[in-house]
Amino acid sequence: MSHVLVLVEVANGALDSSTPELLAAAAVLGDPAAVLVTEPGEADAFVVELGELGAAVVFTASLAGVDSMLVTPQVAALHAAVTASGDVRAVIVGNSPDGREAGARLAIRIDGAYQGDVVGIEADNASGGVAVTQQAFGGSYTVTAGTGRGIPVISLRPHSIDGRAPAAAGIVTEIDIAGDTTACAEISATHEQKQASERPSLQGADIVVSGGRGLGSKEKFVLVEQLADSLGAAVGASRAAVDAGYCDHNLQVGQTGVTVSPNLYIALGISGAIQHRAGMQSAKTIIAINKDPDSPIFEVADFGVVGDLFTVVPQLIDAVNARRG
Amino acid sequence: MKIAVLVKEVPDTWGDRAIDPVTKRVDRGGDMVIDEINEKAVEAALLVKEAHSGSDVTVVTMGPKSALDAIRKSLAMGADRGIHIIDDGLRGSDAVQTSAALAAALKGRDFDLVIAGNESTDGRTAAVPAMLAERLGVAQLTFLRTLAVSGDTVTGERVTPDGHVDVRATLPALVSVTEQIAEARYPNFRGILSAKKKPVEVLAIADLALAAGDTGGDNAWSVVADVTARPARTGGTIITDDGTGGTQLAEFLASAKLI
Ligand SMILES: Cc1cc2nc3c(=O)[nH]c(=O)nc-3n(C[C@H](O)[C@H](O)[C@H](O)COP(=O)(O)OP(=O)(O)OC[C@H]3O[C@@H](n4cnc5c(N)ncnc54)[C@H](O)[C@@H]3O)c2cc1C
Ligand SMILES: Nc1ncnc2c1ncn2[C@@H]1O[C@H](COP(=O)(O)O)[C@@H](O)[C@H]1O
Repeated sequence: MSHVLVLVEVANGALDSSTPELLAAAAVLGDPAAVLVTEPGEADAFVVELGELGAAVVFTASLAGVDSMLVTPQVAALHAAVTASGDVRAVIVGNSPDGREAGARLAIRIDGAYQGDVVGIEADNASGGVAVTQQAFGGSYTVTAGTGRGIPVISLRPHSIDGRAPAAAGIVTEIDIAGDTTACAEISATHEQKQASERPSLQGADIVVSGGRGLGSKEKFVLVEQLADSLGAAVGASRAAVDAGYCDHNLQVGQTGVTVSPNLYIALGISGAIQHRAGMQSAKTIIAINKDPDSPIFEVADFGVVGDLFTVVPQLIDAVNARRG
Repeated sequence: MKIAVLVKEVPDTWGDRAIDPVTKRVDRGGDMVIDEINEKAVEAALLVKEAHSGSDVTVVTMGPKSALDAIRKSLAMGADRGIHIIDDGLRGSDAVQTSAALAAALKGRDFDLVIAGNESTDGRTAAVPAMLAERLGVAQLTFLRTLAVSGDTVTGERVTPDGHVDVRATLPALVSVTEQIAEARYPNFRGILSAKKKPVEVLAIADLALAAGDTGGDNAWSVVADVTARPARTGGTIITDDGTGGTQLAEFLASAKLI
């Protein structure tokens, strides 16, 4: 079978949480082959785990200083792996900026196709090609696309593929990227947010509770977090809430933020502007609490409460906690 | 410093955006506007220009006739000149092809800094900037929420899924900006008047020396096979809080087995 390359991202000494799903997606199309880029001596720690997650082959590239180089070592490693394999059906990368950009550059380098933010992957066995599913305009359209020319390079949105790949041999093949002289930006420092809690991440959460400008202040935004915690939900926000500094910008849901499609989406003090809806309208069930009965959020809500969120939400939290016992 | 800004005309996000079921391409019949992220990219370029006397800002777009409005708006904000890539043969380009045309237009012009938006609101591929860096062979500093140029060094904060990283490179470089970069200025009356007199160079496929067999939707690397519209959501139950709104909501969630 042909190889399907997967770019593996590593941070803080661990495989990125996207890794199992990327390898599962690869297994849909062929033999998963992980591509791992590390500082010298650090690859071994991951090889066994990658095999267990389904990698038949692990292409390892190590180079002193890679951790402070932006994207180009990953492009060089993917390119070298395509050459070393000789038979690659597709390349799959994660949906992070690093993953997407390595994929986009690789497509140019190998004269391949690029398909971003993919939510479904299928083998098109008649043509030997790959068919992907994407969403356009915030889930208003579902698009299926194939490859016209070249090897497809695909970035996969988290929580798109069910199941896991069967464990495989994880045979190591070293590849050399020392000769790569591509102009590169240097990462001079890394700043990670303190993870405030055990809350699930926004993109894959089953339940999302989002707050808007209606929360009124950073202090009062805590109410959103309290409801989220009583439901075991992720916290999201509108752009107006982010711009007002109520919470961090990477919680923004919508057109220019994260797209979510949870089982349950609860919008608190959010008017439901079209750009916000673009990021959440494919949720299975939508709940809205807003004091303005004419808010457009009610047009997409399965259940809405017209009222003051500062009285409705505490009552809801009590009722939820009471049911939990 | 010579700066290029890449701007794109997109369907207004405030309107009903559609995909044409026949051509399977974005319906450009509705209101088209310069993408908000590109106004911010122009702003970022103007801030660099203002900090470095003798700088010159060129706005570059690939798009149909109407895309000239995006150039004019950028010129009214304060950019100095425009390049409009326009050719029927470019219709239906994918990101690979768009980046090829933009790279061909930029090559040989000695730009120190190329500034793009991180992600367009219609395509949302966030691929064109990285592809351009690859084609131009310059360092990429993308997804920046801050940007500074000092001497021949460009620095900024790149947004990551769980925070940010500080990045730096030597010019020439390609930058893409996120929506936190800056609020775009409004063009003033003088700006709008002078925009009409600023030069706009028009380039077609022949000027870019692109191979005819590589351009346009018929030759695309990525091919849309099928497009289906999702049925519109219908409204549900809306109640007005009478003092039991929270409890009723909890009952709804329980009956739907959501709690
Ligand atoms: C190109 C572009 C991209 C954009 N991208 C995004 C995006 O990704 N995400 C996004 O969210 N927006 C985005 N926007 C912005 C969007 O247009 C809206 O401005 C934004 O979503 C409004 O946020 P909001 O609903 O919190 O604020 P508002 O529209 O101000 O709504 C606040 C709501 O709170 C209600 N309220 C106030 N007090 C209470 C109370 N005590 N109890 C109950 N209800 C109360 C009010 O009735 C009101 O409906 C984008 C805009 C553009 C042009
Ligand atoms: N047709 C185009 N003309 C000019 N710039 C473009 C074009 N398409 C994309 N870009 C630039 O690339 C950025 C990211 O777009 P995209 O890769 O489509 O998400 C945009 O914000 C623009 O700066």
